[in-house]
Amino acid sequence: MNHPAIHIHGVHKNFGTLHALNGVDLTIEQGEFFALLGPNGAGKSTLINILAGLIAPTAGSISVMGFDVQKQYQQARQLLGVVPQELVFDPFFNVREMLRFQAGYFGLGRENDPWVDEVLEGLGLADKAHTNMRKLSGGMKRRALIAQALAHKPPVIVLDEPTAGVDVELRQMLWEFIKKLNRDGHTIILTTHYLEEAEALCSRVGMMKQGKIVALDSTANLLNKFSGKHLRLTLGNVSLPQDVARLVRHVENGIYTFALTDMIQIEFVLTSLRASGIKVIDMQLNEADLEDVFLSLVGNVVVDQHLTSQSS
Amino acid sequence: MSDSKVIDPLKSRSSWVGPWTLLKKELLRFWRVSFQTVAAPVITALLYLLIFSHVLDKHVQVYDGVAYTEFLIPGLIMMSVLQNAFANSSSSLIQSKVMGNIVFVLLTPLTHLQFFMAFLIAAIIRGLVVGLCIYLVAMWFVDLTVANPWMIIAFGLLGSALLGTFGIIAGIWADRFDQMAAFQNFIIMPLSFLSGVFYSIHSLPPFWQKVSHLNPFFYMIDGFRYGFFGKGDVSPVLSLLIVGASFLVLALVTLKMLKSGYKLRS
Repeated sequence: MNHPAIHIHGVHKNFGTLHALNGVDLTIEQGEFFALLGPNGAGKSTLINILAGLIAPTAGSISVMGFDVQKQYQQARQLLGVVPQELVFDPFFNVREMLRFQAGYFGLGRENDPWVDEVLEGLGLADKAHTNMRKLSGGMKRRALIAQALAHKPPVIVLDEPTAGVDVELRQMLWEFIKKLNRDGHTIILTTHYLEEAEALCSRVGMMKQGKIVALDSTANLLNKFSGKHLRLTLGNVSLPQDVARLVRHVENGIYTFALTDMIQIEFVLTSLRASGIKVIDMQLNEADLEDVFLSLVGNVVVDQHLTSQSS
Repeated sequence: MSDSKVIDPLKSRSSWVGPWTLLKKELLRFWRVSFQTVAAPVITALLYLLIFSHVLDKHVQVYDGVAYTEFLIPGLIMMSVLQNAFANSSSSLIQSKVMGNIVFVLLTPLTHLQFFMAFLIAAIIRGLVVGLCIYLVAMWFVDLTVANPWMIIAFGLLGSALLGTFGIIAGIWADRFDQMAAFQNFIIMPLSFLSGVFYSIHSLPPFWQKVSHLNPFFYMIDGFRYGFFGKGDVSPVLSLLIVGASFLVLALVTLKMLKSGYKLRS
């Protein structure tokens, strides 16, 4: 039977009075390249930690290729490779030793060495194989961290913010390697703050907000749903007329983003602003991208609060 | 999805490779810094030996026919075995927790029993290596007799296992280095110094003799010393039973902590 790579059912997690996860249901099929997006504190890392067995859920269950992460944790963890978000390392050993140890914990011996070499090569670590972890630069440590998660060749790979604070070269190299793994049949689950990465790489996107999945669709469908133009106007700290305010999707530092269904609305917005005596300092017109989808779904709270405070 | 390219990770893997790898890593960890983890405690023990034997050898005789220096050596060896077994598991765990790299082990399919065994055996080996080094160096000074080698082996193994286990508990419980230092300074040091390493408890006032009987270190030192001289303050069988029972209790507590994920998976 072909089980989904990940099946999350009714997962809740409370930390005291804080409800980090409020009933998450999500199924990721084998071979998918899936992005899990959401603002800080949305519950992404909590969900990944439960998946990895680092914390227990308050309620609900998660399975990896049919194996429950709590009741059948050995099989579930064997199938899973998780890249932790924090840049952690063991200062006693070099890169190759760490990869051998990591594969060893999963029951693999020297027969796994060709794969370790492939990972080292794929992540540009081959010439650092004998360098002590302590002596690696930040970017190299990040590569080693990713390599460790891949050392046992897991069919399901979870990357929690793998490109946070790393340079463009590594990002390119990392994504090429991860895309290759995905082509080879590995399921990839990615959390990232770089929405353009999710848009370029992932076939499906789940967006989290306040411990819930608020959107779950293919990247293409999500973009279609939010198709249209986005007009970004730099207006400063102003009070918008009511009929224009309803078109606002996002406000930040006096820059207002309006979601428009057609070009005629541009004239309407500008006329209305002029009539209210509001001066346009700068103007940009964009096609919708994943960031707009993200902001309109998870950024509503910010926009609502902003508009409310301005109108009062 | 091309299934053929993804290996089946549930097939053809030996169950002993995982725990053996963790043990190997733990052994290499202390061996890489053996100057600090082996040489330093050996030097410390030898300094105790030189100073105390110089001051007391002519003045004190604890057992008939046994010079004070001879009496002192088994106690010093055992004290070092115990302290280093504790230091190995506790410092490895607290370092991994503070550095965050404990996550590499927590993400693996290793069971709580395999985790326990790897840390325990590494602690025993560190303790015994230090003890053996002190013994080998001490042989230059004194011609030590061995009355019952099985007792020496039994107390060496059980004592280092007990303290290795206690080190795992301390390593799991402590969140910071200062908490671990408190463990070391306020529990391990007083218990080992007041266990009869430097004296026989028969030389103490009756009240302090009774108090000494509550100290598990006393039984480990006394039983280990019995292996060399064939005499001790209490019966070696009683000591063996107390040390063995203490190990079992602490091992069960540790396994329960590990299984529940206390402080590690929370």
